[in-house]
Amino acid sequence: MTDGPGERPHLLKKPVGEDDWSRGPGNAPVTLVEYADFQCGDCRRSHPAIRRVVESFGDRMRFVFRHFPLVTAHPRAEEAALAAEAAGEQEKFWEMQERLMEARGALDPEHLRRYAQELGLDMDAFERDMIDAAKKRKLREEKLLGVRSGVNGTPTLFINGVRYEGATQPVEEAELREAVDAALAESQR
Amino acid sequence: MPALAAGSKAPQFELQGTPQQPFKLSDALKETRFVVLAFFPLAFSSVCGDQMSLYQEFVEEFERLGARVVGISVDSRYAQQAFAEAKGIAFPLLADFHPKGAVAEQYGVMRDDGVAERALFIVDSDGVVRYSYVSEPRKNPGADGLLEALEAMQE
Repeated sequence: MTDGPGERPHLLKKPVGEDDWSRGPGNAPVTLVEYADFQCGDCRRSHPAIRRVVESFGDRMRFVFRHFPLVTAHPRAEEAALAAEAAGEQEKFWEMQERLMEARGALDPEHLRRYAQELGLDMDAFERDMIDAAKKRKLREEKLLGVRSGVNGTPTLFINGVRYEGATQPVEEAELREAVDAALAESQR
Repeated sequence: MPALAAGSKAPQFELQGTPQQPFKLSDALKETRFVVLAFFPLAFSSVCGDQMSLYQEFVEEFERLGARVVGISVDSRYAQQAFAEAKGIAFPLLADFHPKGAVAEQYGVMRDDGVAERALFIVDSDGVVRYSYVSEPRKNPGADGLLEALEAMQE
């Protein structure tokens, strides 16, 4: 057997940068990166736990969300990701992300537009951004770097650049919290 | 017999599978620089569903690196057909069905419990195994190891 994927930690290939959607201080001791797909049931079921962990660590954590729409299995995932990007152009990325995570798969074009309206977005700009080729390209690149970092499915989390190997899927709050605590302790050494 | 290591000669084979035609390793290697053999335990078991879907998702990236992916399990070709349709898998899913697991056996990845290991091989156009990896059966080995290896093999 030669070296394979399981024998060393999976590291985030693309550092968190300016083109990322991120919350929390840039110099926080812990950065949590989530790769997710809005049409994925485990992402939706993991979302409350992840949100609670992010909230509870407050300023000690920066949270970054990246798209990993698996369109083979989830034909509506890419358009949903674009809707979040388009909302982001109008400063409503996180509001839309929340809405899409809780949409229980209602991600058809009519629903996406309804969510945009409910968030009070400028609909002409939203429509334009939904078909923006640069956004599609960004999604593709994000996905490719994701798979190269060892994102094998969704959700996949990275804590300070190292893939989180949680035993449970969907993500379990206590287990994730423990891993974040360990990273915090590590960062303070 | 342990899994064939990198540097071994890749056993040649021909199997039935999806899409409705036989797959012959030697023929495929005339058309592409690398063939990725992804052995998996069983169609429709959830982890491998995700694994094959993942490879389908990145088929173009494999192609860009000169590689064609095929999945192999001991399932019948009818099961593979149903699996491919259910998951939208367009690359070949091969039936190592009769004699059961014969190809997995040759690659050293047939298990005592009657299914193949979750194992990955990259075979080059000289018919040589260039990469070999056996994953935990319940764990999706992902695509990063394969893509990294293929990238390193680009001249």
